[in-house]
Amino acid sequence: MNTKYYIKSFCQIKDNKISLNKSVIYKNEDTLDFLDFIKTAYRSFEINYPKFFKMDGLSKLAFLASEVLLSREKINTEEENNIAIVFSNKSSSLDTDKKHQESIQDKDNYYPSPAVFVYTLPNICIGEISIKYKLHSENSFFIFDSFNAEYLLEYTKSLLSTNKAKEVLCGWVEFNGIEYEAFLYLVSKEGTIAHTKQEIIKLYNT
Amino acid sequence: MEVLKQELKENIIEQLNLEDITVEDIADNDVLFGDGLGLDSIDALELIVMLDKNYGIKLTDPKEGRAIFGSIEVMAKYITEHRTK
Repeated sequence: MNTKYYIKSFCQIKDNKISLNKSVIYKNEDTLDFLDFIKTAYRSFEINYPKFFKMDGLSKLAFLASEVLLSREKINTEEENNIAIVFSNKSSSLDTDKKHQESIQDKDNYYPSPAVFVYTLPNICIGEISIKYKLHSENSFFIFDSFNAEYLLEYTKSLLSTNKAKEVLCGWVEFNGIEYEAFLYLVSKEGTIAHTKQEIIKLYNT
Repeated sequence: MEVLKQELKENIIEQLNLEDITVEDIADNDVLFGDGLGLDSIDALELIVMLDKNYGIKLTDPKEGRAIFGSIEVMAKYITEHRTK
């Protein structure tokens, strides 16, 4: 239990900017609409994954933040990659829940969309990432009032120390239909930033 | 029939969020699922809803969709024969 863990890399998406390890790698000040922003960011990274366009806002946000981190890990999807995913947020899948509710509100115009309905759970975004990287690993999605560094720290340490995972992709991915914020970090036995509550909070507030 | 085919292509692109595909990219006889447009099972359900909403056609068995959604040509023919609105 004395093994030390580190934050190998971290990504933030907020205020129309995407940063990796504190360096801004994409920004777009032309638009304030989240869906426009995330789509132009996706295109700028030249990712070829058409299913991205079918995802809801929360999944797009989580997918792109994960992509920034995992695409640099040179993951071989032919092999088993034991990277657990532990995400959290405040609004769950509320934006998509509302869209689904609107589609079933009127009994005389009752046409719920299957493509919307499948995203009415927050952990679907974890599924999207797991499908892309063929991860068959542990995963959890927690709902908190605000970013909870201590809970994520302890949960992640538990997964690593009990060998449930070799690395853990974790953090905060929040989208309520208007406001958005992603802060994801990869915890590993390698790295330079200590995996402590203080460091997590410091990076989150960067 | 040509107007209906054009309408179907536009609706499929819009409702299935096929961002990188234009109407010109879809030939009337192109296979829509599998190796064709690459549509999946959720897209099939979305097309079933579209048939109901736009043309008043209710498919009770999703398996029926496999044949009906073979191509734009097949879809247009089926809709023309079965539409109630």
